[in-house]
Parts: sequence; C-alpha cells; structure tokens
Amino acid sequence: MSMGGRVLGLHLGLLVVLFALQFVLPAYHHGNIARIMVLASYAVGYNILFGYTGLLSLGHALFFAAGMYGMGLTIQHAGFTPAPALIVGIVAGALVAGGLALLALRTSGVAFMIVTLMFAQAGYLTILYFGEYTRGDEGFVIQQAQRVLWGVDLSDPTARYFAAWGLFSVCFLMSLWLVQSRFGGTLIAIRENEERVRMLGYDTYAHKLGAMVVSGTISAAAGAFYGLLFGYAGATFGSVQYSIFPLLWVLLGGAGTVLGPFVGTLFMFYLIDLSSGVTSAYMLIAGVALVALTLFAPQGLTGEVRRRLWKGLP
Amino acid sequence: MTKLIKGTSRRGALKTLAGAAAGAASLPLWARYAQAQSSEPIRIGFQQHSTGIGAAYGRWYGRTTEAAVKLLNEGGGINGRMIEIIAEDDGTDPKRGAEVVEKFANQHGCDVGFGTLFSHVVIGSAPRAGELKLPYFVVSEGHHVASGMLNRYTLQPGITDVKSQVQAMAPYVSENLGKKVTMIFPDFAFGHDHRDFFTAAIEEQGGEVLEQIAIPPSETSFTKYFPQIPRDTEVLYHVMVGPAVLTFVKELGEFFGEQGPEIFGFIDSLEAVDISSPGLEFLEGTYFWEGMPRYAQEDQSEHEKFYREAVGVDENGASVSDPSDVSTYAHMFGCWETLHIIKAGMEASGYAGPLDRAKLIEAVEAMGEMPESRAHPQGAKRFNGKTHQVFGHQHISRVENGRLVRVHTTSIDDTMYPDEVDYTTQPL
Amino acid sequence: MEFGPHLILATLEGAVTAAVLALTAVGLSLVFGVMRVVNIAHGEFYMLGAVIAWYVAQMVGGHPALGFVAALVIAPLVVGALAAAADVTILKRIEYDPERTIVATIGLLYIIQQLTLMTYGPEARPVEAPFGGRVELPWFDWFKTLFGMAQPWGWSITSYKLFVIFAAGAVLCGVWAMMARTRIGLLMRATQADRDMALAFGIPVERVYALVFGIGAGLAALGAVLIVPIQQAHYLMGVEPLLLAFIVVIIGGLGSLPGTVLAALFIGLSDGIISVFFSPTLAKILATLLVGLVLVFRPQGLFGTRTA
Repeated sequence: MSMGGRVLGLHLGLLVVLFALQFVLPAYHHGNIARIMVLASYAVGYNILFGYTGLLSLGHALFFAAGMYGMGLTIQHAGFTPAPALIVGIVAGALVAGGLALLALRTSGVAFMIVTLMFAQAGYLTILYFGEYTRGDEGFVIQQAQRVLWGVDLSDPTARYFAAWGLFSVCFLMSLWLVQSRFGGTLIAIRENEERVRMLGYDTYAHKLGAMVVSGTISAAAGAFYGLLFGYAGATFGSVQYSIFPLLWVLLGGAGTVLGPFVGTLFMFYLIDLSSGVTSAYMLIAGVALVALTLFAPQGLTGEVRRRLWKGLP
Repeated sequence: MTKLIKGTSRRGALKTLAGAAAGAASLPLWARYAQAQSSEPIRIGFQQHSTGIGAAYGRWYGRTTEAAVKLLNEGGGINGRMIEIIAEDDGTDPKRGAEVVEKFANQHGCDVGFGTLFSHVVIGSAPRAGELKLPYFVVSEGHHVASGMLNRYTLQPGITDVKSQVQAMAPYVSENLGKKVTMIFPDFAFGHDHRDFFTAAIEEQGGEVLEQIAIPPSETSFTKYFPQIPRDTEVLYHVMVGPAVLTFVKELGEFFGEQGPEIFGFIDSLEAVDISSPGLEFLEGTYFWEGMPRYAQEDQSEHEKFYREAVGVDENGASVSDPSDVSTYAHMFGCWETLHIIKAGMEASGYAGPLDRAKLIEAVEAMGEMPESRAHPQGAKRFNGKTHQVFGHQHISRVENGRLVRVHTTSIDDTMYPDEVDYTTQPL
Repeated sequence: MEFGPHLILATLEGAVTAAVLALTAVGLSLVFGVMRVVNIAHGEFYMLGAVIAWYVAQMVGGHPALGFVAALVIAPLVVGALAAAADVTILKRIEYDPERTIVATIGLLYIIQQLTLMTYGPEARPVEAPFGGRVELPWFDWFKTLFGMAQPWGWSITSYKLFVIFAAGAVLCGVWAMMARTRIGLLMRATQADRDMALAFGIPVERVYALVFGIGAGLAALGAVLIVPIQQAHYLMGVEPLLLAFIVVIIGGLGSLPGTVLAALFIGLSDGIISVFFSPTLAKILATLLVGLVLVFRPQGLFGTRTA
C-alpha cells in the first residue's frame, strides 16, 4: 500500500476543512467541533488496537483517565504548568498501557475483553479510593489560571479550538502514517490471521504490544487534553461507559479506516445533540439508529464508502 | 462598574426582597409597565437529570420548576417579561452537563442556567459556565460552591450545602441520641463530605466516631458490611444515594431486627421512596435529617401549604395524582426558591439581556437575609454573597406511625461556618 | 462483630449473590456458548424481568405470594418472547456477526432502557417478598463458652434469602436437565458443537438460535423476579449484573454450564469474604484484579478446556 495522492489529499483535506471551519462556525458548533476533535483523537487511538490489530479492548477508559489524572493531579497537587503536566499525563498513559499489555496480551478474544475491562474497573475504583486527592466521582476543577499554556489561555474558544485541532491532526496523521507503514501492515495481517503471521517469522507479541502502547498513549493524550481544555477531571471518565464509547464511535464510523473514528464521533455527537432537541427520548432515537446502522451499514459509515465507492481507502 | 452604581443595585435588591416578603404575587404588576424593555421571554436553561442515576430527582425538580414558573408568569413574569424554561437532559453526566451549558449559552441564547443537582455534573459544568459568563444557579446541596472550587458565575442561593447541614445535626445527635457514632456512607465525594464534616462536628460536641464504613459505589447488597459496626455503637449515622437506597435501608432493618442502636439518617437514603414500603417497619422511632419536612406538619406555614399545592404534592409528600409517586421533597424546594431569587436579582439589577449578566451576579451577591415567604416556603434564609452559598434552617424528623414528624429545627446560626472563599474578588 | 459469625454471615450473603449471579450468567452462557455472540442487552432483559414482576404484583394484588408466583411464570415468558423477537428481526439479519451484534445489542440496551424510563419511570420500586421472616441463626455452643451469652447484632438472615439460594439451585438443575435430557437440549448442544454440521443434519439452526436467545433472556428475567423482593426494580439495574454475568461466563469457561455455576460461586463468595478483611472499596479493587489475573494466567477460564 503506497500513500496515494488522492488518499493523502482526502485526509489532509479534512484537516484543512476543520481548520477553516473555525472562522465560519457559530459559537455553539465551534465549541462542539473542538470537543469532537479531542474525543475523535481518543477514537483514533482506540481504532489502532481494535480496527487495525483486531483486539477488542473494553478498558480504554483506563488510558483516557490515566492521561486526564496524570495531567490534572500534577497541576492540582504539584503545581505543574500545563506543558509538563500534559507530558506527565501522556507518559502515565503509555506506562499504564505497557503494563496492562504485558498482562492482557497473554490472552485474546473474549478473555482479552474481560481482562481489560477488569483492570479498567480496578483503575476506576482506585480513583475513588484515593478520593482525598482525586475528589472521587465529584472530580475537581482545573482553574482558568492553571490552564495557561505558553501564555495562551486555553479556556479561550479560539485557543481551545487550535489546541484540539493540533492534537487531532497529530493523532490523525500518525494513524494514517502508521497503518501504511510496514508495522501497520503487519498489524493488519495479525488481525486477519495471526497464526500465519507468526509462522512467517514475525514477532506478533511485540507488534501487538507496540500497537497497544501507541493506542493507549494516544488515548491518554486525548484524556489529558480533554481535562485541560474543558477544565475538569472526574472519575466518570474512567467508568465502563467511557470504554464503550470509543468502541461505538469506531464501529459506527468504520473500524479499520483512518477517517472512521472522526466520522463516528461526529455522527454520534450530533445524533444525540440534535435528537435531544426534538424529544426527551433521545436515547431511543440513538438506539434505533444504532440498530439500523448495523442492519444497513454493517461496516460503519466510512466502511460502507470503502466497500461501495473507494476500495483503496486506508 | 463604579461603586456608586453597585450601591444602588444593592439597595434595589433589598427593596425587592422586602417586597417579596410582603407577598410575592402582588409585586410585579407595576414592573410589567415600568421596566418592560422587551417582549422577549427571559430564557432560563434548566439542566435536568432526566436520564441516568439522577432521574428520580430530575423528574421532581422538573415539576417544581414548572410550578414555580407558572406562578411567576401569572404574576407578570420578570420585569414584565415571561419566563421560558428550556430544559435539556444532561444524563446525570458531567461531560454532557458541560455540553448542555454551552448549548444554553451559545445555541438557545439563555439568560441564565439553572437547576443542577448532582455534584459531579455541577463541577464538570461550572468551568464552562464561568468561561461563557453564564450565571449558573445550582440546586445541588454540594459543598463545591462554598469551598471555593468553582467561580464567580456559579451560585447556590436556593439550597443549603452539605457542610452546614451535617454540622448542624451534631448537637442534637449527641444530646439526644448518643455520643458514640458509627457512620455508613457511600465511598465517594458526597459521602466523604459527610464523613469529614460530621466527624469534626461530633467531636466538638464531645462525642466520637467509632467506625467509618464506606460503601463502594454501585454496590447492590449491603448486609456483608454491617458486621463492621462496633458493638458499643450508640448511634448509627447513615446516608446513601442512588437506586439501591431502599435495599440498603431494608437490609439495615433485617440486620438489626428488634435490637440495635439509635439510627439517624439523611433522608437522601430514602428520597423518592415511600416510608411505608414493605420491609421498612423497623424505621419506626428512627431519626432523619430533612431539608423540608415531607409530611405536612401540624404547624405547616401558609407558604408551605401554598407551595405544596402548587407543585401538586399531597400531605404525605407524594404526587396528588399518584400516591405511590413519592417526591424528593427535602431537596426540590431549592428549584422554587432559586427561581424566585433569579427573579428578585433580575428585577433588582434592572436586567435587560445577556449584557447585564454581571449586574445580575452582583445583585444576587448583594442579597442577605431572606425572610420566610411564598418565595421561600422552606423558611428564612441567609445568603452569603462572598461564598455564593445560602444558609437556612435544618429539620430533624422522627418516624412515628409510619410518618415523619418533625422534632427539631436548627437555627440558621447552627449551620454557619467561616468563609472559605471570597468570590467577589474574582473579575466579572 | 466477632470474626467467626462475621465470616459466616459474609459467606451466606455471598451465597445469595452467587445464586442470582448464576441464574443471570447461565442465560448469558447459553447464548454465548450456542450462538457465539455477546449480548450486551442481557442485563436489560434482567431489568425487564424485575419491572414486569412489579407490574404483575401490582395487578394481582392480594397476598404477596400470589403476585410473586404469577410473576415467576409471566415475566420469563414475556421477556423470552421479546428476546426471541429481537433475535429474529435483528440478530438473524446481521448474521450473528460478533462485532455488529455488539453494536446492535447496545442499541437494544438504549431502546429498552429508554422505553422503561418512559413507561415505568425512574423510581426504584419494591416488590413484597412472598414470605420472609428474619431467621435468627443457630448459635454455636463454643461461642457461648468463649464469648458469653450475648448474641451479636445481625446474626441472622431472612428466610427469603435462603429460599433464593435453593430456588436458584433448582432452576439450575432444571437447565442442566433440559440440556442433557431433552431433545431440544440435544439440538442446542449439536448446534453449539458445530453449526454447519448441525445444518447439514437438518437441524433448524435459526429456530434453535431464536429459542436459545429467548431462553437465555427468560433465565435472566427469572433471576430478576427472584431478586426483586430483595433489591428493587429500577430501570438502570441491568448494568451491574451484565458486567458480573459476563465475567462469570468467561471465568467459568465459555459455554460450560457447570463452569459458569462454579464461577458464580467463586465470584459471589470472594466478593463477600474479601469484604471481611479489607475496607470495602479496597476489597472491590482486589476482587476485580483477582478476576483479571485469573484470566491472564488461565485465559480459557477456570473450568474451560477450549481456548477462547
């Protein structure tokens, strides 16, 4: 798979459009897109492990929360400024992902799902257990004064949009580059048939370990940015629900496509936001939409585009 | 804004409050003509827990809000402008909560946000409210506002906070029930507030907490924790929230049977639950904190009677139309009172539109004593403009013949504590 | 409380948890084993069972036992029928693809929760137990001599809780008998062992699937009817049992019924007993990690033989 010009054009085009959108969007949607870009980065991270490597994790909230608390706790209790705090958050996520990978990758399939779920649940409970520092479920506010990065106040809408766009661009391009690299190709091969890849002499364990660390690190970066940009860290973000969200977004958008995570996040966000304006039973609409999608667009939105229109879409 | 103008607006606030005391209904007729700058409604964004674990509260917060708005609009609205409630479900989730606040400010063009109960939603949403400069009136009873964690745009003028509630209970508990207390509470921030504030308060009264039993969240069976209650416990202090509260209280009863210590609980453990549910017979003779007595008391004030009728609650604290639909009576008055305060604040500051939001905040900060009235049916209140937190009377009720009968009412002074923050020093 | 009684009490409480867990998990295990799909909506079928039990009890009135018995029959049937309908209309059409099934059943979960919220409401509502005196447990002599006459608080359990343990045992024996001794059980086992071979032998696999999905949901509903006099019917009550049941099924070894029951005992009891020794939340953390580590070192589950 070479990086075709059309492919590169499409993906860079999305980033350009997202960059340009900030000048035309009304305030509400401006804020939403900023939020969606951070959440989509989380989904991009998830997609590397699930979509490309074929490992279904139910514990990614652990990495998201590791990033968020690594950042938040150092600001709150160690008086860090945002830049080093973000680095702490991302490194914390990488370490947690690496540690969990060493254990969880001894398993596969459903056992892998449960092991990741269990450790994420233990992580969530740990946040509550150390309530003295984390304020448990209630969480804590990262004050505006603590959110000034290199003189830029991240609570300002424009600055926030830029930061979210920057994060998303890095994660997105990294994902595009990764899946077209040799390493990414091996991951896809592992997804399709791990046994064969191993027999061809590849160290599949090392590849999966790498994928999980990259995936966890990106998720942690998203968590750290989310906390910093929106000024809050709370245990809810470590709950099972937040492990299921990226799975849902990725499946909706199209697992194993670079664009899928963003498309799915955008779709789900506006599905809930718009339908909640129409009816209080918006969960019903979301539920029906999910069922309908599995029936009529089984590969997710981007997956359908790839299946019907554009075979070479990465 | 100069000090001079601030002074007038403070005087205006006091005048309005005095008027409200005289009888809120008679007030706004003149306002309709004198101050109507626009026929546009005042839009109040109501952050409602319609789904998620807060849904039982959200439903009753909704009904109370509806009743209060109906009353206010019949009386001429605010400055002659009708109130329009824009309710958005936050799913009892802090992430969605923050999004809803953005929607209020940027999409619906709301004048203020209002009505949040669960602490984690408040704390997750408040930073966005502050950044968007949207006055955010929470009805949460959390200590988050007064602790200084939030910002100048977040206020809690309609319901007291857990710190003041808890510390006001300690004298009664130690004098009437016993000095050796064991506490059972949920193992998250709300429970930790109970643990920390009550432990300190009871020690001040010469009592002690023997054991603190923290129950993990989402636990559904409780009996296994009860053996940790020490034998020499004189008073068992319990507070629990969430869907499993009834199981918790029932298992407590099954555990102790006929014997057992005195039991003192926060009504949160049984909010929206019928006291006469099967399995709760053992509660007879136990004590509860109540923000506002669920069962109509013999000496209930005319204001409370009016409020109860307006919201549609019968004398047992259940819905008039469905006696099995028990209200969250101890908390939901906060919505009613907060809406009246928004009105008083807007009228005192001559609020005309979003540009006057800062003036509204200052007008509310200038409020102090609020006498018992139709606007404040729960009782008199004292608002602290520096900490953005209101203080009021607390009630202790005892279960007698399956009804909660009030046995003690604290003074407002019992509930006061030193300021932990001065929000007025923050820029608007 | 003294250590001995405390431990025994925690064990008994753990046994009640285990009993209900086993019922919920056996249904999931059937579905999992035969159909090879993860049904995220399983917990919602459990919740529906409890909610229907409340409605039935309200309608029947009279002595609580009448409503309870009616609910024991009606709730599993209604829920089973609903589940079978969902299987035919949705799961069959997505060809039981594992990933799509997850999304579709998440969708179902949203739909069921929201519909319940809109009709039944957000309150937790109790159903009265058919009987349920408090049983003071027998008092051992050696305790008397050691600690004197005083009886510790809470040295008791309700008769209803004991009943739940036995009822769950009876239902589980019934499920085992169905699988081992009946024609339909044979068809299920054949389908589980090799779907294609079963098809080739003329087994109506699709109908077996619908039936299995229905029975699985019905078992969850049955578990809920048993538990609802202890806990209350609430529209969010399905989330916790789903996770636990899921764990039990994996720990027990995929699709192995005896394994599932043993795993339910293991998890129910360890949850109760660990809480004796550690502070509650720490106990939960340890119990959770224990489950994770068991799987790390025995990915096929404690009692499974096949790799997952």
